[in-house]
Amino acid sequence: MSRGNLITLSAVVLLLILFPVLVANVEAISHYLDVMVFVGIFSLITMGLSLLMGYAGQISLGHAAFFGLGAYTSGILCVKVAVSPWLAMVGGTLVTAVVAYGVGVPSLKLKGHYLAMATLGFGVIVNIVFNEEVELTGGPSGLSNIPGLKLFGLPLRGELLFYILVWSMVLLVLIFCLNVIHSRVGRALRSIHDSEVAADAMGVETARYKVMIFVLSAVLASLAGSLYAHYVGFLSPSSFNLLFSIRLVMMVVVGGMHSLWGALLGTWLLTFLGNEWLHVFKDFDILVYGAILLFVVMALPEGLVSVVPRLSHMWRRGRESEGGTGGT
Amino acid sequence: MKEGKPLWKGVPERLSHELKSVMEKLSLGGQLVQYLFTGVTVGSIYGMVALGFNIIYNVTEMINFAQGEFVMLGGLIMVLCAKVLPLPMAFCVTVAAVTAIGAIMERSTINPLKNTTVLTLIIVTIAVSILLKGIAMFIWGKDPYMMQPFSGTEPLHLFGAAIQTQAFWVLGISGIVVLLLTLFFRKARYGKAMLACADNAEAARLVGIKVNLMVLLSFALSAAIGAAAGAVITPISLMEYDRGALLGLKGFGAAVLGGLGSFSGAVVAGLLLGVVESLCAGFVSSGYKDAVALLLLLLVLFVRPSGLFGNVEASKIKKF
Repeated sequence: MSRGNLITLSAVVLLLILFPVLVANVEAISHYLDVMVFVGIFSLITMGLSLLMGYAGQISLGHAAFFGLGAYTSGILCVKVAVSPWLAMVGGTLVTAVVAYGVGVPSLKLKGHYLAMATLGFGVIVNIVFNEEVELTGGPSGLSNIPGLKLFGLPLRGELLFYILVWSMVLLVLIFCLNVIHSRVGRALRSIHDSEVAADAMGVETARYKVMIFVLSAVLASLAGSLYAHYVGFLSPSSFNLLFSIRLVMMVVVGGMHSLWGALLGTWLLTFLGNEWLHVFKDFDILVYGAILLFVVMALPEGLVSVVPRLSHMWRRGRESEGGTGGT
Repeated sequence: MKEGKPLWKGVPERLSHELKSVMEKLSLGGQLVQYLFTGVTVGSIYGMVALGFNIIYNVTEMINFAQGEFVMLGGLIMVLCAKVLPLPMAFCVTVAAVTAIGAIMERSTINPLKNTTVLTLIIVTIAVSILLKGIAMFIWGKDPYMMQPFSGTEPLHLFGAAIQTQAFWVLGISGIVVLLLTLFFRKARYGKAMLACADNAEAARLVGIKVNLMVLLSFALSAAIGAAAGAVITPISLMEYDRGALLGLKGFGAAVLGGLGSFSGAVVAGLLLGVVESLCAGFVSSGYKDAVALLLLLLVLFVRPSGLFGNVEASKIKKF
């Protein structure tokens, strides 16, 4: 791991530790801990998506489906078959991995627009299944009474314990993903992003790497889905619809798709916007989302993370020129 | 008008309600005719959406994810105009308004982007589609809007089936659109210039065609076609703010099925998709109706991405 990443990581960990303390002492934002649990859950998805979009250069508009597959598999196994939640979580990731592989192999042979539409179509189909298989999923009225998680016999009740669980997972996945990027696989992915033909010619097995990262990102989404199911305790198909897939892509793009930190930043910002700060707009938040996305793509194609280095660059240059004049 | 079953969107909701009572009295042959006719009607809308995709794709090699929103806007603006204007006027105003929206979209979002990637283009058009959807919800709210059929509510009885007169309007207008488009691309100066851009944008530029203008024209034209489709289908299917995505997706299905870029392919594939969907809704399961069209799209993409009627060689040389 590079020094920059290490510094950012330590800063993030510090903030994560301080956050519950801050929240516990300020009454007005006491429910922010709950929102942060969702930020963590969504971060698991967007980190995978960031690898897929920013590093491998492939777009998926169907990740809500994988999120939903994990959530529903967990939910159904726990409610209808009474399997233990942790086992159900593993079951969810297995089901999702198989489905993602099945969809990924033919999909990833497709170029740009076709791939986007194929994943979009897949996402809508899965959502229809969630709605129609009423006996299994509860249909539009939802699946309820999903049990919570237990760790070493201790039930994970309350936001704080879940916060710790979810964010520890996020940090593990983050470190894993950072290592992936700086490994042979990461270099292969970036070569695909730059030019698939050139990568192929240099002997990079482009097809294999693309499918691999697609399945990885789907499995992460599924894991997030299982956590979501156990945290919320209730699932309804509308949480896994096309708009959510688009919101996931938005989180990655707004934060900056060429950086995992960007994915985290975007997820944090958009989740707080969606769950907290856009309540004034009620249903019209969609208008604000559209405007934000359009603004970022047009004005800041590298995302919000790109602002930091640009600012620090400007600051440094400003100081250098000051130093220059002072010297002469 | 309350919202129906959440996923029963995209096709003639009211028609199907009326049909259910009629259906039980019909013979199997009558049912078949009924479903075929419904399918062809909806299919011609898919065909028109597919034409919109193709026009833009041919000039710019990009897919406009906001295509379905043009249809939605066409329908909703038509409802508004029809209240104050006579029908033909309302239709013209609707098409003109949406055409302007298409042109504004191109000038404000697509044109300023230079040296961009497919990923960015996809995201930009998605952003525009969300924005249009949001604006539509802001103006019209969430409930679906009804509209009187263009001529009479009494259905026609043909071959043992009951056909709504509006269906003939849909078929007629789609026919006229296809005819006009064919003439435009064969005879008109601008039409030929647009086709030249499709063939080779660089070469077109060299012979003095303003590619920039052609891109603008392609967005305006496909917005106009979308608006026409939305305006004629609304009396049958109702219209609400979030109908666009699914219509767009199915229209894209038709465009791919027919071979992306092929105009005749788009129309045939649209009709085919509509009929398959309608037969499935009638004889198999109405809940999975939307899934069938999408499954067909996935199958075609996976097995033969150049489309059923498309040219494999031609699709290989395309950029995206």
